[in-house]
Amino acid sequence: MSFWTWTLAIALAVFGGAWLMRALGRRLTGNAPYFRDMPYAVAFGYVAAVAAVIGGAVLWVQPNAVFFRWAVQGFVIAAALAFVFRLAGRHIGSEGTRKAFRTMPLTAAFGILTILVYAVLAIFAGLLAPYGQAEVFAQPNMLPGGDPASGGDPAHPLGTDQIGRDLLTRLIYGAQNTVGIAFATTCLAFLLGGSLGFLAAVIGGWFDNLLSRAVDVLMAIPSLIFALLLMTIASAWAGSERWLLTIYMIVIIAVIDSTRVFRLARAVGQNIVVMDYIEAAKLRGEGLRYLIFREILPNATAPLLAEFGLRFCFVFLTIAALSFLGVGIQPPLADWGTMVRDLAQFINFAAFSPLAAALPLMAAGAIALLTVAVNFVVDWVLHRSSGLKD
Amino acid sequence: MSSVAKIIGQRLLLGLLTLFVISVIIFTAVNMLPGDFAQAVLGQGATPEAVAAIRRDLGLDQPFLVRYWSWLSDMLRGDLGTSFAQANFATFTGNESQAGATVMAQIGPRFENTLFLAGVTAMIAVPFAVGLGILSALFRNSAFDKGANVFALTSISSPEFFLAYVLILFLAVLNPILPSLSNIYEGMGMGERLQRTLLPALTLTLVVTAHMMRMTRAAIINLLASPYIEMARLKGIKPMRVIVRHALPNALAPIINVIAINLAYLITGVVVVEVVFVYPGIGQLFVDSVKIRDIPVVQACCLIFAAAYILLNLMADIFSILSNPRLRHPK
Repeated sequence: MSFWTWTLAIALAVFGGAWLMRALGRRLTGNAPYFRDMPYAVAFGYVAAVAAVIGGAVLWVQPNAVFFRWAVQGFVIAAALAFVFRLAGRHIGSEGTRKAFRTMPLTAAFGILTILVYAVLAIFAGLLAPYGQAEVFAQPNMLPGGDPASGGDPAHPLGTDQIGRDLLTRLIYGAQNTVGIAFATTCLAFLLGGSLGFLAAVIGGWFDNLLSRAVDVLMAIPSLIFALLLMTIASAWAGSERWLLTIYMIVIIAVIDSTRVFRLARAVGQNIVVMDYIEAAKLRGEGLRYLIFREILPNATAPLLAEFGLRFCFVFLTIAALSFLGVGIQPPLADWGTMVRDLAQFINFAAFSPLAAALPLMAAGAIALLTVAVNFVVDWVLHRSSGLKD
Repeated sequence: MSSVAKIIGQRLLLGLLTLFVISVIIFTAVNMLPGDFAQAVLGQGATPEAVAAIRRDLGLDQPFLVRYWSWLSDMLRGDLGTSFAQANFATFTGNESQAGATVMAQIGPRFENTLFLAGVTAMIAVPFAVGLGILSALFRNSAFDKGANVFALTSISSPEFFLAYVLILFLAVLNPILPSLSNIYEGMGMGERLQRTLLPALTLTLVVTAHMMRMTRAAIINLLASPYIEMARLKGIKPMRVIVRHALPNALAPIINVIAINLAYLITGVVVVEVVFVYPGIGQLFVDSVKIRDIPVVQACCLIFAAAYILLNLMADIFSILSNPRLRHPK
């Protein structure tokens, strides 16, 4: 149990170090106000930060701490890119965008940059990927790295999977399929939930009651469980038509998630419906379509846009989870959830070939990175529009 | 107090009603399957006579409402039906007694395991999240607060399997501290069982912590602007004591609410995590049954998940009613 003794020793050293630092600071500076009024927690924070830096440096020089070095390098590069991107945004573009970039935190800049990169990858996957997504090569399970001495091939920098498809290609195509399908599903959910929600707000009465109760019941079933149940039935309906199952999945998840959109659209719509300008439009004799599209929708864009970002994250994660469990996006389409499941056992080779162990994490990390990026941006947008400065 | 009892009674009735409607949905959905149980059991080479015989035996020739009623009353008596896969296996091995073929026999021990996992997770996650929330409210807008916020956003938006594999990589493969497979079985010592459950529990902790932590922080910070906190501060009470003794009790209602909601969320998260760690819980059984279309098991699992989800949400509702004086003493 040397691991736990080490942890305990380091914790004790940090606790003692903080006390020592404050005491020495008082003694050496002749009880300067800064040290005199310093709470223990602040001293602890300083010492813990120093300990973390030292620990990181020690870890950095360890020969087998490859993942730590990669993580730190990735973090620094990402932060630098986000900084450059924000700097560029402050000087290029129209007055409005420059103003937005001026108050933007680094996390939001990183989020926007990441979403742009994903969008480019998804749209131009066919041009960027070296091969076709279902193209099978002679040698399966080729090691990544492109080093012929260790069983790689420069033509396949990330190696090949269990039936010999190029992994770099499938990673790039995953952006198109996984993100594209999630995006289409979210759009469908918004079309359905948004229009029904606004209709319920405008019409009210029994229509509103009926829809709201139905949505209440649907929301009482955990969404992943409900999706799995419906996918069981859909897979029986689809039979051997794999592509049909993907279509069914889009519809199923869109319907399940549209209930959440319905709730928000109805709540926002109800606040707008009582406004005077709606009354005026009704007196003018405008129809339902005009009311919804010309009066309510423009006034509900901000909350709905933020919800779109969050909803996309949920849909994206649900689809990834379904694919990971083996009932989501079907082969031969390349997608990240399925890739994680297929490559998962490579993790056990981390000690021998870190790059091979990183493969499943790359696919899973691609999913995580996009949702983190969207969340960063949504967080910033919400913070900006609500004017919260806590 | 009677009005509270009335509200809670209403909520309970509403919960029961929801559960009833869900059972209708589940039953209807399963009845939309092409073909029926008889064909599914017998497979492709079934003769029409055999199919008709099984249909008669199982009552599949009855009208929809009659079948639904008998299914529901069986469920209420705790008879969850017979698993297709286990029944086939029993016939195959010549074991006609079908003792292990009922869904109940399959789900029972696994349900216990899942509850164990959820319990361990809750015991780690709730103190951790509330503590972190209190600390980041205390040191708001400091580097610690910002770091905790980024950590929370990152962990809430990562898929469960990403967190699981990262933990496996660092805690099981590179530094073999914990086992990466949670193959627990009956009669295992408590210590070892706990050790094998720890990695899935840690993963789930990461998944649910963020929401609880942010809610704790927000609830406390909301209160910090109120006059009585100002008063406590002016009396010269230390910041930590202001938060723990003065702000926290009033912030408890939203915190308990969000804890219950996150425990309900655990139920969904448990499915993926159990599959990653090969943990013999109900979630893994559910996914396996979905893949082989073992309908009785899927139905039963679905109903159990939904019931647990409704129950926890109901508890969140009831706690927030009980802790809100405005609802307890309506005008």
